[in-house]
Amino acid sequence: MERITSIQQLELLKNSLQKAKESGRNVVRVCLGPGCRAQGADKVAAAFRDTVRQQGLPVKIEPLIKETGCHGFCKEGPLVTLVPSGLFYSRVKPEDVEEIVEKTIKKQEVISRLLYSENGTSYRTANEIPFYKRQMKLASRNVGDIDPLNIEDAIANDAYQAAAKAFSSMSPDQVIKEVEISGLRGRGGAGFPTGRKWRSASNAVKKRPGPVYVVCNGDEGDPGAFMDCAIMEGDPHSVIEGMIIAAYALDARQGFIYVREEYPFAIRNLTIAMDQARSVGLLGKNIMGSGFDFDIRINRGAGAYVCGESTALFLSIEGKPGEPRAKYIRSVERGLWDRPTVLNNVETWANIPVIIEKGGEWFSKIGVPGSTGTKAFSLVGKVKNVGLVEVPMGVPLSTIVEEIGGGIPGKGAFKAVQTGGPSGGCIPYKLKDVSVDYDSLTKIGSIMGSGGMIVMDDKDCVVDVARYFLRFLEEESCGKCLPCRLGLEAMLEFLDNFTQGKGSLEDIEELKSLAKAVQDGALCALGGSAPNPMLTTLEYFREEYEAHIVDKRCPAGVCKALITYHIDPEACTGCGLCAGICPQSCITGEEKSPHKIVQNACNRCGLCMDLCKFSAITVS
Amino acid sequence: MKEIDTKKLINFSINGTPAQAKEGWTVLDTARNMGIHIPTLCHHEAVEPSGACRLCVVEARDGAWSKVVVSCMYPPYEGVEILTDSERVKNVRRWVLEMLLAQCPASREIKALAAEYGVKSTRFRIKNPEEQCMLCGLCVRVCAEVVGVQAISLGSRGVLKHVSTPYMVPNRACIACGSCVTVCPTGAMQARLDKVRGDVSQRTGHGFAH
Ligand SMILES: Cc1cc2nc3c(=O)[nH]c(=O)nc-3n(C[C@H](O)[C@H](O)[C@H](O)COP(=O)(O)O)c2cc1C
Ligand code: SF4
Ligand code: SF4
Ligand code: FES
Ligand code: FES
Repeated sequence: MERITSIQQLELLKNSLQKAKESGRNVVRVCLGPGCRAQGADKVAAAFRDTVRQQGLPVKIEPLIKETGCHGFCKEGPLVTLVPSGLFYSRVKPEDVEEIVEKTIKKQEVISRLLYSENGTSYRTANEIPFYKRQMKLASRNVGDIDPLNIEDAIANDAYQAAAKAFSSMSPDQVIKEVEISGLRGRGGAGFPTGRKWRSASNAVKKRPGPVYVVCNGDEGDPGAFMDCAIMEGDPHSVIEGMIIAAYALDARQGFIYVREEYPFAIRNLTIAMDQARSVGLLGKNIMGSGFDFDIRINRGAGAYVCGESTALFLSIEGKPGEPRAKYIRSVERGLWDRPTVLNNVETWANIPVIIEKGGEWFSKIGVPGSTGTKAFSLVGKVKNVGLVEVPMGVPLSTIVEEIGGGIPGKGAFKAVQTGGPSGGCIPYKLKDVSVDYDSLTKIGSIMGSGGMIVMDDKDCVVDVARYFLRFLEEESCGKCLPCRLGLEAMLEFLDNFTQGKGSLEDIEELKSLAKAVQDGALCALGGSAPNPMLTTLEYFREEYEAHIVDKRCPAGVCKALITYHIDPEACTGCGLCAGICPQSCITGEEKSPHKIVQNACNRCGLCMDLCKFSAITVS
Repeated sequence: MKEIDTKKLINFSINGTPAQAKEGWTVLDTARNMGIHIPTLCHHEAVEPSGACRLCVVEARDGAWSKVVVSCMYPPYEGVEILTDSERVKNVRRWVLEMLLAQCPASREIKALAAEYGVKSTRFRIKNPEEQCMLCGLCVRVCAEVVGVQAISLGSRGVLKHVSTPYMVPNRACIACGSCVTVCPTGAMQARLDKVRGDVSQRTGHGFAH
């Protein structure tokens, strides 16, 4: 491809690429996002290539095989979509590929077996599926659509148009103003207004002339979260373009993207995207012939959760141990190398081009006042449709979990939803209609966080859940400050006791007081927000805590010290399956007559209950 | 280094008493100047503050806004009200001290400090009854920042954190100056010095540095 030396040239290129795209050529989009990859999507893509090559199809029919990022509906993967028909095939196996080429590509026949179906209805295209219906994709607009390794494909989908618009018709100040008007708030956790952050940085450089940096936070450490991963892998250009726009607004020359080492595909796709952008003149020296220079470097994080915290992240980029430091001076004033720095999250960056292209005003009308635009969530846990969703801010929680997510796999309602990752809060079913926006979530004790959503059902014990998140944070604590290093361990001691039926009701009050000390005393937000899951579960499920402490009972049947397994003699057929698998060999009984568990030998592994075909084993 | 205008004064209050700070002073500097006592552990004039122990917390109030901050690092600003003994402050201190009794039960200094604030026993698990160190990192900082030799470091992270020598062997970089012992608030370094510097009598060469 030729180097782009002017804004008009980018426009011409885009037009010609779009025309080629609209020519009606067959395209097969194979999702190679993290979920589908795990289910063997790479073999499906390879099978398509082989089959198409072997068959030597006529040019008019021969499809372009496109490997894309996550389509969102990971649970149904590997996913394949066909253009122009829009057909959406789910759970595609390499063995299905020949049939797809024979029937669908050559003869336009639909293979109904591969269509997604739900409650007896099957759906031909993605848009009709309930999972996609309530969604709105802004940050992930091109994820799953474009081939992230092909910049032409991105350009045909409007990549770098917003940067061109900013360069050609907006002053740096106007760019910041647009972001301010949009109401965009940081998607990485704290929800700080992005425009205000940029404005402060811009003022700080005016006061202290010298270098200024823009940084992308792609550390994404929350267990179960993969929104940022999906964007970096599926549409790296949206992040790069967002950073170019900020660089123009702040007159920055150097940017950094901090990505965790565990995301090799994100690192690869970003690297290739940046190389391609550089080689066509969209990044590096003299971008689009405008005379503006800006380049980006990737830093690999060693995978410590705390390195996602801003001050630790800066130290890590500087090559020092990633330990947070006090933030009484803000990083927009003194960040990387003590210079004004703008740090934003991956999803925040991906929103910037949309705002510049369509206007801050347009963006501000999406969502609700105070929380504008959309938010991406990764929906995991006890939910039918595990996957990546993006919805306008302000939709009710139940819409996400029940309509989009399809509710819990079994019968009944969900018990609670943990939002905001390990330092977020646990929202009970009775608050299922809460509007999912920054302020409403904060009001009920949770947080938006970066967008993890973990659904729980009645087999999840809230005391155990609180303990799980606390343990995660205890292990990730950098250990610098005492309230976090010792406080999380001390809180765990309380919770460990509770799960063993020890402790007293006064201990609950003491634990709350300790939690307050940790919130107030910890140096950074890792420690400061660590008590949230415990405090919210206590607030909304106090009776479950009391059941452990007073009645020595775990209602969800999770806490091993408080449960016993029994065999219901009525239901037991004496098949003996359980006796065969019990690692303690503590199930006895004659063939064809009810079996029994020898309680003092049982170690409560639960294997028997999982195995029994007659639901004869109960836990209490 | 910060450029400091020594003539400019910042007016605020500590426990309701008017206070004046010179530019560059922290709340702790100002309080000490006024003779108001705030307990500290990881702070020492000789090294940059790190804000690790959180014992020196105070509450900063500004209208309806309030936040618990560490006085050894917090720069006061015009009009802010500082409370050194509010409920929130006392709550942080009480828990930190109780947890410290479990972390370094062998430190007489910590026991005395805790008792001063009414904390006499701990309910938490004692991992090592011999432990004296609270991992404030002062010894490491003084060695690096003042002595300039980095003979000791903080290894590992989180609950596994510990003070040691690089590679866990007695360290020839140590010049046996004893600065770490002097700054250590718990008495732990006194017991460790020999591990760090090794047997001085076995050393060859000039002085301690080689
Ligand atoms: C312990 C800890 C971990 C964090 N991890 C991340 C992360 O993985 N990704 C992220 O974008 N922000 C993370 N943050 C938030 C960042 O500190 C920072 O607020 C954010 O990157 C700013 O960007 P935003 O305004 O666009 O959200 C973390 C914060 C804390 C305290
Ligand atoms: S709160 Fe935890 S993670 Fe943050 S500085 Fe303190 S010890 Fe480190
Ligand atoms: S030895 Fe003393 S100075 Fe060093 S970290 Fe431990 S308590 Fe602090
Ligand atoms: S990875 Fe394919 S749909 Fe998410
Ligand atoms: S003395 Fe201030 S944090 Fe330790």
